[in-house]
Amino acid sequence: MAVLLNRRTRVIVQGLTGKIGSFHADDMKRYGTNVVGGVTPGKGGQVHQGIPVFNTVRGAVRETGAEASIVFVPPPFAADSIMEAAEAGLKLCVCITDGIPSQDMMRVKRYMRRFRYEDRMRLVGPNCAGVITPGQALMGIMPGNIYLPGRVGIVGRSGTLGYEAASQMKALGIGVSTSVGIGGDPINGSSFKDILKLFEDDPETDAVVMIGEIGGPQEAEAAEWARHNMRKPLIAYIAGLSAPKGKRMGHAGAIISAFGESAQEKVEILREAGVTIVPTPAAFGPTVAGVLEQQKKAA
Amino acid sequence: MDIHEYQAKELLARYSVQIPRGGLAYSPEQATYRASEIGGGKWVVKAQIHSGARGKAGGIRICTTDNEVSEAAESMLGRKLVTHQTGPKGKLVSRLYVEETVDIRQELYLGIVLDRKSERVMIVASASGGMEIEEIAEKQPDSIIRAIVDPGAGMQQFQAREIAFGLGLDNSLIGKAVDTLLGCYRVFRDFDASMLEINPLVITKDSNLIALDAKMSFDENALFRRAEISELRDKSQEDPRETFASDRGLSYVGLEGNIGCIINGAGLAMATMDMIKIAGGEPANFLDIGGGASPERVAKAFRAVLADKNIETILVNIFAGINRCDWVAEGVIKAIREVGVNVPLVVRLAGTNVEEGRRILAESGEKVIIADTLAEAAEKSVEAMRAFSKSKKN
Repeated sequence: MAVLLNRRTRVIVQGLTGKIGSFHADDMKRYGTNVVGGVTPGKGGQVHQGIPVFNTVRGAVRETGAEASIVFVPPPFAADSIMEAAEAGLKLCVCITDGIPSQDMMRVKRYMRRFRYEDRMRLVGPNCAGVITPGQALMGIMPGNIYLPGRVGIVGRSGTLGYEAASQMKALGIGVSTSVGIGGDPINGSSFKDILKLFEDDPETDAVVMIGEIGGPQEAEAAEWARHNMRKPLIAYIAGLSAPKGKRMGHAGAIISAFGESAQEKVEILREAGVTIVPTPAAFGPTVAGVLEQQKKAA
Repeated sequence: MDIHEYQAKELLARYSVQIPRGGLAYSPEQATYRASEIGGGKWVVKAQIHSGARGKAGGIRICTTDNEVSEAAESMLGRKLVTHQTGPKGKLVSRLYVEETVDIRQELYLGIVLDRKSERVMIVASASGGMEIEEIAEKQPDSIIRAIVDPGAGMQQFQAREIAFGLGLDNSLIGKAVDTLLGCYRVFRDFDASMLEINPLVITKDSNLIALDAKMSFDENALFRRAEISELRDKSQEDPRETFASDRGLSYVGLEGNIGCIINGAGLAMATMDMIKIAGGEPANFLDIGGGASPERVAKAFRAVLADKNIETILVNIFAGINRCDWVAEGVIKAIREVGVNVPLVVRLAGTNVEEGRRILAESGEKVIIADTLAEAAEKSVEAMRAFSKSKKN
């Protein structure tokens, strides 16, 4: 089933009746996603765009057997919505909302640790493009038509750069098993490593493209994990090689930042771990094609 | 969002962190008045800008007479101070903080930051505060004390005690240090800070613990619930191009090149800038118009980019998901007609409603260079910029 999502996954939309929620719920349904309900407190009992609305996530789960939720709730309330989803026993929550305060996200992650690892909801995002399993289902905001169904996984922080990669691959006839946007916020749900693990174990994925950027420890951590655990080819691009060093106040950031946070250092660490580097953002397609070609020859 | 030293100190004082007596001044006359108010015979006049390393740049002066205070104020006010944290353009000094001096026995370092690795608040402390702290952190990383705060429970007394004893403080100072550390953490938490730094935190000769300097930055995503902090914003400390953009909900960072960029998504924006460099050009800015870009928003983005007088070409690169190419195209036409774009314009559209977007551009009759791919967009931009640059010189 590729990873995280397939055409059978029962999905609810938190923030369904808002403008953005409405637009994308419709888009998701048209793509083939099994949207079974929506949640907007105070609007329970209504039917919105043909989708039944519930007051609470718990209520929606009880009535529809939902397994996954996508959050379009505005930033001041989004963290609360994620925790509500976790408590209601969902397996997956994709949060699209951009602009959630860091302290709220810290609280969310702390809250989720209350659950045993096996029972813990998987959070993707926030501030991400979502998840798509091409040809099956979409839980996100990406344009479905730029993805060809196939056997290469994509995981990236940036939504639009993920689109860029997928469309370059499509132009060469290379399809995608699942594409996962993990989001650009400093504190997010699933990390690169978490998603790489899923792809490594997925029989329908042959290779993975990872799209990182400057800042944060997650790319270096993923490289370290991949070096020891990943047997499928990993192909990576890091955005921000030309970004100037940010203006900053004080020394605190520099004191805690480790080696491996600049784009240059990330590329170095990934290359050292045996990862194939996409040299320019225009070379996603050819680089992936080259790796698949080699894989075929080796087989 | 950054605030000034005196503002940070006012917040800290409310949480029982000790600070020197001081007052704010906008003129040399006020500065001498503040000095007389404070009393004594020795003061320090400090330029209030959003940057550290002010001392080395001449932004901190010790004075022993009224006259010296006035002269120091005169020399700083209205000037731009360039430190290694401000960038080459420096920052305008329009406020001064006049403080009493204290007799220092030892300088400590205290920082509180969001640690992305543990995804929690981290306290960092060192027994050697002062200007060389980054060097110390690099050469003797073990000398830096770190503590991670559980976001559910908050910082605990024992954590503060461990740090205080770790810094080698005298028994008589432990109580004060615990109060200071817990106070700092609470300020950080209660106001949604992203960074708090006291460098130096000093032990005085009469055994007090005083925050001699203070820097704070705040999480912009949380300003909606921190009205008091929003009011502390000082636009004179920001790049005017960035202020213009952020006031219009655009994420913009000004750079030194001449190819203006209007892009959706931070990752694609950085990748496009990388691509411009590879093609031999220099980006003038980072600009992410974000999701839901209406024609009005696109037009605003053009205004923000064109406010930079170095612009010799504009590149619009939109891969629409949450956005729609037809809206972006309408915005581009609107900008050309209302804002006036007198430099070459390269547009690359992809994703949602792309055919409609391209049709709108083609039928508008406006001069727009269309690119199909990212590589083509970068190459055509550099080409157009060179041609424009040449024609300007002739």
